[in-house]
Amino acid sequence: MDDDAEIIAEFLVESHENLDQLDRDLVDLERDPGSRELLSSIFRTIHTIKGTSGFLAFNRLEALTHVGENLLSRLRDGQMEMTGPVTESLLSMVDTVRALLESVEASGNDTAAAVDVDTVVNTLRQVLEGAEGPSPAAEEPAEDRARPDAAEPTPVVEASAEPVSDPVEEPEEALVEPAREDDVDEVADHAAGGVVAEVGDAGLVEAAELDAGEPERVHPKLGEILVERGIVSSADIEEALAEQSAADQGDDTARRGVVDSSVRVDVDLLDSLVQLVGELVLTRNQVLQRTESQDDIELVRAAQRLDLVASELQEGIMKTRMQPIGQVWSKMPRVVRDLAVQLGREVDLQMEGHDTELDRSLLEALKGPLTHLVRNALDHGIETPADRTAAGKSAQGRLLLRSFHESGQVVIEISDDGKGIDPDVIARVAIERGVITRDQAARMETREIVNLIFRPGFSTAAEVTNVSGRGVGMDVVRTNIERIGGTVDMQSQVGVGTTCRVRIPLTLAIIPALVIGEGEETYAIPQANLVELVRLEAEDMTRNVEEVAGAPVLRLRGHLLPLVSMAEVLGRTRPEADALTVVVVQADDMRFGICVDKVHDTQEIVVKPIGRQLKLLPTYAGATIMGDGRVALILDVPGIAHAHAIAQQSAAASRPADGVVAGAADSTALLVLEVGGQRAALPLREVSRLEEFTLDRIEKSGNAEAVQYRDGILPLVRLAGAIGLVERVRDDDQVSVVVHESGATRIGIVIDRVLDVVDAAVVRSDVGRRAGVLGSAVIGDRVTDLVDLDAVVALSGVGA
Amino acid sequence: MARSLQYCTFWVDGLFFGVEVSGVQEVLRYQPLTVVPSAPEAVQGLINLRGQIVTALDLRCRLGLPPRPEDALPMNVIVRSRGEVVSLLVDDIGDVITVDTSPGGLEIEPTPANVPSTVQDVVSGVLALPDAILLVLDADRAADVSVVPQPTGGTP
Repeated sequence: MDDDAEIIAEFLVESHENLDQLDRDLVDLERDPGSRELLSSIFRTIHTIKGTSGFLAFNRLEALTHVGENLLSRLRDGQMEMTGPVTESLLSMVDTVRALLESVEASGNDTAAAVDVDTVVNTLRQVLEGAEGPSPAAEEPAEDRARPDAAEPTPVVEASAEPVSDPVEEPEEALVEPAREDDVDEVADHAAGGVVAEVGDAGLVEAAELDAGEPERVHPKLGEILVERGIVSSADIEEALAEQSAADQGDDTARRGVVDSSVRVDVDLLDSLVQLVGELVLTRNQVLQRTESQDDIELVRAAQRLDLVASELQEGIMKTRMQPIGQVWSKMPRVVRDLAVQLGREVDLQMEGHDTELDRSLLEALKGPLTHLVRNALDHGIETPADRTAAGKSAQGRLLLRSFHESGQVVIEISDDGKGIDPDVIARVAIERGVITRDQAARMETREIVNLIFRPGFSTAAEVTNVSGRGVGMDVVRTNIERIGGTVDMQSQVGVGTTCRVRIPLTLAIIPALVIGEGEETYAIPQANLVELVRLEAEDMTRNVEEVAGAPVLRLRGHLLPLVSMAEVLGRTRPEADALTVVVVQADDMRFGICVDKVHDTQEIVVKPIGRQLKLLPTYAGATIMGDGRVALILDVPGIAHAHAIAQQSAAASRPADGVVAGAADSTALLVLEVGGQRAALPLREVSRLEEFTLDRIEKSGNAEAVQYRDGILPLVRLAGAIGLVERVRDDDQVSVVVHESGATRIGIVIDRVLDVVDAAVVRSDVGRRAGVLGSAVIGDRVTDLVDLDAVVALSGVGA
Repeated sequence: MARSLQYCTFWVDGLFFGVEVSGVQEVLRYQPLTVVPSAPEAVQGLINLRGQIVTALDLRCRLGLPPRPEDALPMNVIVRSRGEVVSLLVDDIGDVITVDTSPGGLEIEPTPANVPSTVQDVVSGVLALPDAILLVLDADRAADVSVVPQPTGGTP
């Protein structure tokens, strides 16, 4: 009902605006009766009200506007002439519509007996049939008219409240006779509530004719006429008077509730206000900086006031762009209901946090993904009633939508109590599809596995959907959410349910960012991409930063992290340094480090667009203005990842935006090496270190080879032999060793040499499949064996 | 009816240019620039124009003319181009001149063929004023700077 109320409120605001326009149009029309344009405009307005009232089941309103619409369409099509009576009947219709709307506003329905729709409808019909003319009532002599009352119009209004509650036996008589147009207008002007407007309007229709004959007559108050005719008692009139004057005031405030308390504002205007405030804030920052060093106490005080006011203004302006999430949710009951019927599910939909607000542009962008997630929960989460009963749950499934603010973000949760997602199934399917390797799967946490459903390679495969029970297009959901700076995470417990958690920033215009320095320049990295900061000095640096075929990588907690320096990002040459500050960032599925000169601090920055000359550069997402008024560029982390070593063309090709290649897996970082004169590849995440040993360090224990390494023994396995190749003898007395760690087990894999580190979408084929080799794939334009590390480790007899 | 056009004039390496005043937002003295690494060569940087970020293009570079002497600070001619605001960096600002373009008055003539193509590229014609020849700048074309692919400097 909440949602209905909201829709009705919107309908009221809109309709009242339309009616004001209508009044103006009708008056203009009288001056210019032939104007098709005006007639069309009026027709459209009435048509809109009719449509919406039909939709909201306001039957009387619909009936009234329907007749009005018929009349208008005939006028518009030139089948009827615009005459005085026609105009008046239309005006009375508009007033009745207004009265009905007021009744809707007051009571939520249009059934108020006080509003006499039938009379107006009849009048309109008469006009429509060309049967308009002075009604018999108008001819009755009006000898009751006694007292002049022009000075006191209000009682006229008030008195009428009573009779209308039971439609008077002879309404036309009572109303038409005494009415002069002026009076009627006054009545309408002072109408408090729909009642009076209606009474006045009925009279309006024939008032013109009456008027002409008796211009100098004075008219009595309506109430007095009614009393004299015995329709109401004078006591009733008194009572009505009191009620009305009370209601008059009360009504005013009540009405302001919906119609007058909101103003429609152009979004462009709001956007420009946001921009101006952004500018004001920056100017304020500059002023504050300058006044800090001033002795002028008055100036300092003024600056402080400016500071406060600007902050409040900023807050207020940002609020104007906020809209409650209820707008999106109001669609959900219908979606859920339809889908539940279609799928034969029973669903109890609950929604919490309707008022959680977020930026309207974000709200717009969220509609699609949220609807998709809700559909998914129904389609694949909640079981059929039979299955639920069999599983010992209630037949009716529960779907809960929650939204709330948490640490400056909006969190939206979609939880169901369905069958959940089985990580084993997901993992199996993901391995089958080549999305991840068996080894990766073994290392992944349950949660990571569940979230594999968001991988493009995973969800585009139709058969996967059937097995896994989660839908096609989840990757699109994630892409859309990430596009607006959000994240999505799935948590599930088999048999208990699934919760999908979407986090989005409050607004796109202002984001938190890490400000870094590179030489004299300043750049900002959006916090959303930030993972951690790592500082490496002297010894740490030489030990943990290595080069693989010229590409620097950082050994960070057992994994190799590709590094790119700011200088490289900016298209300069990488400088030599004896210490490193690494900003670890994450973009899509890639994690890498950016080496920077200085880290300043984190700031809320206002994102501003950059000109089209720079749009094509992958490096920048936009620009912002710092406290000192200077412009700073915002780095586009995904763009950098794709433009630099971290992701190569092959990986870019697998991005959803570029069209998903059939069967393509997500990109994986691979260590490409040469062994026995052939190319082979290992997943980079399995590599914990690369070493070179001189041959004399290799010692033997039985048949096994090993080296002393970091206060322990590193068993060696010759990869060439393990995968059925002939080892090549190197002429420099050195061996290249890939150190692989798995739990407590450490093993050195002897190879010829390292060729490259690439990030590639691996499409595995069975060509070359044999012991120790999973198959082959085209990596860097050449067929490369994919090493089955598990098999190789097993072969070495270490740890297996 | 007398028709006339007003041009905001400026100099770039001795060449006398004019751009219709209706397309000019304002003219500013030198503004501090934020450089944009790996941007097209003509992009000198970004300026903060009362909170709006504006790309500053060096007309000398855009026109293929020799660079400005180190000690000379350029002026900003802020023009509107395709819904955006762009700053054109010029050597010096001239007057706003009114040209009578009614029949019998001055006519915009095609750019002489021997003018370098880099200049022709951004000029829509010339006006032979009594005391000078005004090159009429096409702001949209001047603001069009195709992005030259930059070496990323990355390893494989």
